[in-house]
Amino acid sequence: MPESDVLIEARREMEICNACRYCEGFCAVFPAMARERAFSGADLTYLANLCHNCQGCYYACQYAPPHPFGVNVPRTFALLREESYRRYSWPQPLARAFESNGFVVASTTAVSLAGVLLAVVALTERGTLARGHAGPGAFYEIVPWAAMTGVALVTMLFSILALAMGAAMFWREAGSAVAPRSRAIVRGLRDALTLRNLGGGGHGCNDSDEAFSQRRRYLHHAMAYGFLACFASTTTAAFYAYFLGRPAPYALFSLPVVLGAIGGAGLLAGTSGLIWLKIVSNRASAAERLFGGDFALLGLLWLAAASGLLLLGLRTTDAMGTLLAIHLGLILSLFLLLPYSKFVHGVYRSLALIRDAADRHAADPTV
Amino acid sequence: MSEIGLQLTATHPPNVDVLVVGGGNAALCAAITAREAGASVMLLEHAPREFRGGNSRHTRNLRAMHDRPEGVLVDSYGEDEYWDDLLRVTGGETNEELARMTIRASAGLPSWMSAHGVHFQPSLTGTLSLGRTNAFFLGGGKALVNAYYRTAERLGVRILYDSEVTELRMEEDAVRAVTVVSRGFPLTILPRSVVVASGGFQANIGWLEEYWGEAAKNFIIRGTPFAQGTVLRNLLGQGVQRVGDPVQCHAVAIDARAPKFDGGIVTRLDCVPFSIVVDRDGNRFYDEGEDFWPKRYAIWGRLVALRPDQIAYAVVDAKAAKLFMPSVFPAIAAETIPELARKLGLDPARLDATVMRYNAAVHPGHFDSTKLDDCRTEGLDPPKTHWAQRIDTPPFIGYPLRPGITFTYLGVRVNARAEVLMEDGRPAANLWASGEIMAGNILGRGYLAGFGMTIGTVFGRVAGAEAARRARN
Ligand SMILES: Cc1cc2nc3c(=O)[nH]c(=O)nc-3n(C[C@H](O)[C@H](O)[C@H](O)COP(=O)(O)OP(=O)(O)OC[C@H]3O[C@@H](n4cnc5c(N)ncnc54)[C@H](O)[C@@H]3O)c2cc1C
Ligand code: SF4
Ligand code: SF4
Repeated sequence: MPESDVLIEARREMEICNACRYCEGFCAVFPAMARERAFSGADLTYLANLCHNCQGCYYACQYAPPHPFGVNVPRTFALLREESYRRYSWPQPLARAFESNGFVVASTTAVSLAGVLLAVVALTERGTLARGHAGPGAFYEIVPWAAMTGVALVTMLFSILALAMGAAMFWREAGSAVAPRSRAIVRGLRDALTLRNLGGGGHGCNDSDEAFSQRRRYLHHAMAYGFLACFASTTTAAFYAYFLGRPAPYALFSLPVVLGAIGGAGLLAGTSGLIWLKIVSNRASAAERLFGGDFALLGLLWLAAASGLLLLGLRTTDAMGTLLAIHLGLILSLFLLLPYSKFVHGVYRSLALIRDAADRHAADPTV
Repeated sequence: MSEIGLQLTATHPPNVDVLVVGGGNAALCAAITAREAGASVMLLEHAPREFRGGNSRHTRNLRAMHDRPEGVLVDSYGEDEYWDDLLRVTGGETNEELARMTIRASAGLPSWMSAHGVHFQPSLTGTLSLGRTNAFFLGGGKALVNAYYRTAERLGVRILYDSEVTELRMEEDAVRAVTVVSRGFPLTILPRSVVVASGGFQANIGWLEEYWGEAAKNFIIRGTPFAQGTVLRNLLGQGVQRVGDPVQCHAVAIDARAPKFDGGIVTRLDCVPFSIVVDRDGNRFYDEGEDFWPKRYAIWGRLVALRPDQIAYAVVDAKAAKLFMPSVFPAIAAETIPELARKLGLDPARLDATVMRYNAAVHPGHFDSTKLDDCRTEGLDPPKTHWAQRIDTPPFIGYPLRPGITFTYLGVRVNARAEVLMEDGRPAANLWASGEIMAGNILGRGYLAGFGMTIGTVFGRVAGAEAARRARN
């Protein structure tokens, strides 16, 4: 397969970095790079996905543009990551979703919102959307239980399958040479969950300029753990409904509501902060071409969280019907888009971190 | 501070307590210290913002004395050992008073640097031998320079980029006015005190030619193109006492394909101990295996500078290819020696003969790159005394070498208070110096890794404090 311009550029820059190595303390990328002398396409894909885009090595680089060497690792790696998202998309024709990803995310959201609203209008009795509903099973008066769970299950399972296929293809090409031991897996996942590499070697990253801070790391934590809490909320709610026979909505201090509220707040705070950081940050080291997709996913998560919280707050009013439909429409598009949006970075990043842990161990069994 | 606030005009000459000339490590340490002492400070950097920081932005570590493990520095490195190291590399061409003062003051540097935004990291891979003596900057010198600029801005130091000082007008041993071209416009500043920290003159090829002749045209300057020595020359022309041999400079052998300026660390080549090195005519000229590379790299710049056309070629075979850090430029490879010679632009028969003569002289031994092993040549002139292995396994690899100039040693004489001394030995009334422009006081020749930044930081702080004190009295 012919190599892309971005890949060739990434190799050029890694060869400069490998002769320099000044950035070794920032993150896992440079020690991983130093273990190689020549960089295959797979090595570069791995390194690019290991990069957390903290910008540290851009501000520290004496060869950054306008130096003729023009080293800009964060930007080049962001572009290469995006190529890998396309390369490992499953099914392959849907790789095209990553070309103008912002448009794809936005239009999928619009279509699924409209779809849910139209379906509710068409399939329920007149006026359902325009009034409040109360008591156990109230939600299902708007969207029937079978439809809600059926659609959720099918889209979720498909998305998980697509993500898993992508992960498998990534690992086959860019994973570690030998199967990682469980310790490496635990370490890799721990690095992913703590965002250790967004610490910039301890003091934080260049979130928006030459100053170091941990803002981005904490905002990402708020978003990611908020997302997980929301996911946990949905899962417990499903458990309550199927196995305990207690249909939604739940009381204010029930587990699903508490998890959802905390998660929603985290998501809202995290995505708001990350959107703001993206707007104010210096563009010199950013891949602006990809901003559409980045903003779109952040925006979708923000909307999903905001609509969920609004629903919680207004669920006793007449707005409840419409809000529920909107919220479910947003969640549906989120489920659909998981494998075809920036979300996939979490999967490949985690795999890259596992390979890193495995390679570190192979190079030095004492670690 | 807004950009507009920095638009100074010749009709409104700004008065400042302390004017700092230069924008590298030495200048920044002086500016920060002076500002913290309460003086108003202006810093003039010839380079545009993107290229600010002179040679300092190419550095990676500084040498600091410590009696016990401290931060990233392991073990201990005491004053006497530090002094012995300096004595050895300079062959005694140093000033014990200034050197010991610098060494003692180096103990306090890492904590001062941390307090002003610099972060450290454990020594880089491949440089483990420096982990005891040298503290490495996280992200290297540009990250350090960025941190200092931020600190200086926060403290209220006025910073002007694209501003070249062209003259320090001296009368009665005092600087009366400073002439600047700032963003293309002339500007005169009337400061109370002046700190010069404008580096060496290595980027001024014309000046180098005064000592090296035509050969200087083939030198590559490893760092900033702004080290023109304008201020140095101006001061030496006004009765300031000079120090250091103008011919002396820190020169290493680097890849000849490096850019003329600012190629920095990645252009280095450390294959020499495992290679044979030939000149333009295909002849060897020095013992490549004399000692470990960190102890020898600084003499190879001069060796190559003295060869015809200031060029040489290191040749290794496949056996040796993995023994050194990869070079940033691609290896020039060939299946046979004559073919390699052609690719390098050498006479194939000559290079072939040199390799054959060398191979015949290699005395078998136990090769070990980590120690001074017993692989050497016999009956060859010049000999190769360690790591001599036959060059017989294709592909054969060649790298072209040229002298890469790090910095020059000619400077202004100072005392322990960083005051610039006049030819009669008395200090100038309001002029201090720090960094490469005065490093020759301590480094008469030779070089100790990490000592340049130590000198600049120590003298920068002293100069800043003294200049502020004088200005505010
Ligand atoms: C590749 C490389 C690696 C190095 N690595 C190390 C290392 O690891 N450790 C170490 O200790 N040393 C190292 N050195 C040496 C080190 O760079 C110097 O000793 C040190 O940076 C000197 O600091 P300085 O502030 O005096 O000079 P510089 O940092 O060179 O600063 C001089 C400044 O003056 C400005 N200037 C010059 N003329 C004028 C003018 N007329 N008007 C206004 N401004 C002017 C320049 O633009 C520049 O900003 C290295 C050098 C190179 C080239
Ligand atoms: S990003 Fe720049 S400073 Fe950092 S390792 Fe690469 S070349 Fe060196
Ligand atoms: S994580 Fe940060 S320091 Fe590491 S490669 Fe990416 S941008 Fe550079």
